Amino acid sequence: MATTATPAGGSRNGTGPEWGGFEENIQMWQAGKRQASRAFSLYANIDILRPYFDVEPAQVRSRLLESMIPIKMVNFPQKIAGELYGPLMLVFTLVAILLHGMKTSDTIIREGTLMGTAIGTCFGYWLGVSSFIYFLAYLCNAQITMLQMLALLGYGLFGHCIVLLITYNIHLHALFYLFWLLVGGLSTLRMVAVLVSRTVGPTQRLLLCGTLAALHMLFLLYLHFAYHKVVEGILDTLEGPNIPPMQRVPRDIPAILPAVRLPATVLNTTVKAVEVTLRSH
Amino acid sequence: FAGLSDISISQDIPVEGEITIPMRSRIREFDSSTLNESVQNTIMRDLKAVGKKFMHVLYPRKSNTLLRDWDLWGPLVLCVTLALMLQRGSADSENDGGPQFAEVFVIIWFGAVTITLNSKLLGGNISFFQSLCVLGYCILPLTVALLVCRLVLLAKPGPINFIVRLFVVIMMFAWSIVASTAFLADSQPPNRKALAVYPVFLFYFVISWMILTFTP
Repeated sequence: MATTATPAGGSRNGTGPEWGGFEENIQMWQAGKRQASRAFSLYANIDILRPYFDVEPAQVRSRLLESMIPIKMVNFPQKIAGELYGPLMLVFTLVAILLHGMKTSDTIIREGTLMGTAIGTCFGYWLGVSSFIYFLAYLCNAQITMLQMLALLGYGLFGHCIVLLITYNIHLHALFYLFWLLVGGLSTLRMVAVLVSRTVGPTQRLLLCGTLAALHMLFLLYLHFAYHKVVEGILDTLEGPNIPPMQRVPRDIPAILPAVRLPATVLNTTVKAVEVTLRSH
Repeated sequence: FAGLSDISISQDIPVEGEITIPMRSRIREFDSSTLNESVQNTIMRDLKAVGKKFMHVLYPRKSNTLLRDWDLWGPLVLCVTLALMLQRGSADSENDGGPQFAEVFVIIWFGAVTITLNSKLLGGNISFFQSLCVLGYCILPLTVALLVCRLVLLAKPGPINFIVRLFVVIMMFAWSIVASTAFLADSQPPNRKALAVYPVFLFYFVISWMILTFTP
């Protein structure tokens, strides 16, 4: 059964003139494999990223909860966990929630696709704003590395995920503004407190934290309004002369309600009825 | 140990031989016997391998077949089927927001690559293509869900229609996750299984969402 490499040349000449012997094929294959693995290990060395994914589920859970709790310790640099698993998963979750919101509101994207827009928006925000704030931090002499900034902003998106998940399903202005201030505000405060603890000087602190707070809160506002059908009602109120502000303008409701919106519509009507009842008291 | 004292080897039993290294069997694959066989034999062999893997996905058991002999034929076929059926008619350019062929294709393959990279970075000992193979094959229940949804959509639209489709998609989504977890979870360190399974959950959630919200 175990044979040494049988002299292939002798007995296999019948396979064709251009086909080399058995051993030559093996050598060619092994040489090619060696070259490919060398190129692969040179260019696709994912081991650089391995230490940033070294987390336990309990750690991720506690970091998610801590991202909503601002800590008021400004005299000593607060610790930031330098990992990329949590932020990356949060960005992907935000993409999924955004897709859900765009689908249920029948957003029409003219040039591009829903999926491309969602991925571009979320990753663009995470990477772009992190880089920008890191650049500002460099100008303001703040003690923060790029990895820490990415992790901080990534975990700050947890609040955004919660708010959008709730308000894409319950379309109510007051509820969204409440969550925007509360949940968005808490996660922004947490990031601001961390940055303040790592920056010296009132002007620098104001510049850095003001920019981050503004961008973070405005992003949540943008995500809610840009990919949501409420925007049509608001545009109508801005153009109509006699309609008081912040009042929903009734739009044409199609004769046949698409089945996808049925549960959302039922929920809406119930919540609106409750709100009217509460207001009348 | 008394009985061992009188063990002796008689002179006529040879105590020599060849040591076989298991690697040798791989070199056997380059035997010209698989090159000389007819095309029908090759195709039938590959089809049988693909079919066996489909069976493993439909009845997920802890077995190594999917992992050991990976192939990407099944995932390719499933991905192309899904992408073709999720395509909207190109007549209405107004509703360009629906997934087109390239979009679904790219989502599936880049999603699978991302999950594989993530599970490797978390310390899993599964190879790149093995993971792609498992994730691709476990799309089979969702493809079945899409076929069922297309059939259900031929009936009268209404809330019952939607609830039936929702139920079917949820069942198949759970089936996909269970099937892929049965194969992938063993390759992760035991305390990090949840970290590796969550992106799989997101991936199949996005595909299920595309299937559920599809209207022809």
